[in-house]
Amino acid sequence: MKYLSEYRNAAVVKKLLTELQAIVTQPWMLMEICGGQTHSLVKNGILEMLPPEVTMVHGPGCPVCVTPASMIDKAVALAMRQEVVLCSFGDMVRVPGSRKSLQQARSEGGNLKIVYSPLDAVKLAQEHPEKEVIFFAVGFETTAPANALAVLQAAKQGLTNFSVLVSHVLVPPAMEAILSDRFNNINAFLGAGHVCTVMGLQEYYALAQKYRVPVVVTGFEPVDLLEGILLAVRQLETGRAAVENQYARVVRESGNEAAQAVIREVFEVADREWRGIGLIPQSGYRVREQYRQFDAEQKFGESAEVLFSETDTGCIAGEILRGLKKPAQCPHFGKACTPLYPLGAPMVSSEGACAAYFHFSQACEVTASPH
Amino acid sequence: MEKTFERFTLAHGSGGELTSQLLEDGVFKLLQNEYLQKRHDGAVFELSGRLAFTTDSYVVSPLFFPGGCIGDLAVNGTVNDLAMCGARPKFLSLSFILEEGFSKDEFHAILSAIREASATAGVLVVTGDTKVVERGKGDKIFINTSGIGQVHPQAQVDAGNIRPGDRILISGPVASHGMAIMSVREGLAFESQLQSDTAPVHEQVLALLDAFGSDIHFLRDPTRGGVATVLNEIARQTNLGMAITEQQIPLEGQVQSACEMLGLDPLYVANEGIFIAWVSEAVSVAALQQLQALSPPGQQAAIIGKVVTEHPGQVVLQTFIGGRRVVAMPSGEQLPRIC
Repeated sequence: MKYLSEYRNAAVVKKLLTELQAIVTQPWMLMEICGGQTHSLVKNGILEMLPPEVTMVHGPGCPVCVTPASMIDKAVALAMRQEVVLCSFGDMVRVPGSRKSLQQARSEGGNLKIVYSPLDAVKLAQEHPEKEVIFFAVGFETTAPANALAVLQAAKQGLTNFSVLVSHVLVPPAMEAILSDRFNNINAFLGAGHVCTVMGLQEYYALAQKYRVPVVVTGFEPVDLLEGILLAVRQLETGRAAVENQYARVVRESGNEAAQAVIREVFEVADREWRGIGLIPQSGYRVREQYRQFDAEQKFGESAEVLFSETDTGCIAGEILRGLKKPAQCPHFGKACTPLYPLGAPMVSSEGACAAYFHFSQACEVTASPH
Repeated sequence: MEKTFERFTLAHGSGGELTSQLLEDGVFKLLQNEYLQKRHDGAVFELSGRLAFTTDSYVVSPLFFPGGCIGDLAVNGTVNDLAMCGARPKFLSLSFILEEGFSKDEFHAILSAIREASATAGVLVVTGDTKVVERGKGDKIFINTSGIGQVHPQAQVDAGNIRPGDRILISGPVASHGMAIMSVREGLAFESQLQSDTAPVHEQVLALLDAFGSDIHFLRDPTRGGVATVLNEIARQTNLGMAITEQQIPLEGQVQSACEMLGLDPLYVANEGIFIAWVSEAVSVAALQQLQALSPPGQQAAIIGKVVTEHPGQVVLQTFIGGRRVVAMPSGEQLPRIC
């Protein structure tokens, strides 16, 4: 397949690995921001091909993983209302809230519909004027334009029965939270390629400079990831801390300005709670006052009652998402907590660090066995 | 079928006049054969030698999809389960659970597909049943078929016969059925020419058994859960390792594109017209050539890996780029990625 097979070329991968081997002289910890990158590193078996000096730490960029239990609780409470149809991406339905997941809510009579696009939810609202259709808008800068468009579409059609439950988060504030943590041990970042496709590179220069940390915006195929790692390690080995763009075939310096305009029209930056990390100032989006009739929280009030915090389940999502602990350091990992019976969100999505590590640790056992 | 009604009512399942009319004009007319002709409570027939017996229920949404419908699946699925026992399928039972309000035209189309598929597979539907449930108590139509087949005299198909060194053979490209369904599923429809691979595979299997007999150690069709699930099941059952190579797994370009677009792993996507054979190393190349010669279904057959003593109970994939990863048992349905 064009634009795919070239980036999965074994010979190119080997060349990049040889080059990496040649320049690395000391241990480095690199964090890949995006869950899609984590998924690809594991899926392609890249982690065990890397030189032992290079350790990859899986970052917070999994939309399912960082959505706080309190938001799930709100979604559950809304789904249980008779007039509501709650629309969600499929990944979200298994994520545990403080009391139950959306999946459990559905089995108890909650009205939940899995959609693949926010515009499907708008269509549903149009077709069912007797229902209140709420779309659970989660994700990073990547999903924000489509979710904002859904609001604009609903406004254009004059729909009064459509709203969004927003739990949008932003990458740069999360990186800053990780870097300013006194236990931080991350030496460089692989920036999230698709987030930067929307937002461009500008937001990262100040971060790289302030914390003396290389940021290499990286794609998702094996050649992309290895080139991104190579560029980051080269910076580290030569004492540089710059923003580089490995994913130049997709990411432009200024990003996608049309998409940014749509986001700005509907959303404004606000404080957001992150699962396991807590409140990060100015780290997400909320619906602007002008579109408040499409904001489910404004429309239905704070109807959810949060009973206890996620840490009560024993999930250490916060430490995992900040790269402070590896999934295998969690006492529940692979025992009480598995992809089938997750205690916390990072074990749910295929892009979650724990779910990815769940497979990787099995691969480690494999490597240790005789060939 | 006479155009006497548009939609099913509970009366069609009550055993009275409407049931009789439904059977005479539909099932009996379309699927007629000497056994159904008897209008008896069951079929009486003679079969000799080792027999295989299997059953399966069919629920699929949507009922009609590119390349087939629930009717094709209900025949081919059971035929293929018999084939996986090394058997030539002979007789099927056919039971419907219909939801009140289900359209007669759709039922007729499904029956026609059943007639076509059973003629293609060379099986006879010899007994059956129809029930109608209240609206909301079913989902349009559920079908159950059971099947009886005669086992090939040389067949020794048993997971216990799988040995380290056995080659893992796949009879055609993967993931076509699941992606065809996905392309027309509500809310996800995308334009494509994807087609389900639903087809009977017993002629290919019997040809392998004719030529290689007990060197065909085991057979399994990778339906629900796809190739990854089947390989994991067999790895666990035999406590041997399955080592496969990504490069060797046949996958059609369109199917790959659809999987990439949705972020799905083709190894976990359902198939309805291919099978996996564990064959002794000695005959593996000849077996592959034989499958490939049986065009068109076998042209893309491939040896995708082998059975090893390392990593017992696990499936390990060598990736395109030479890395290795465990192919785990799936935990629930694959969902398209958020971003």
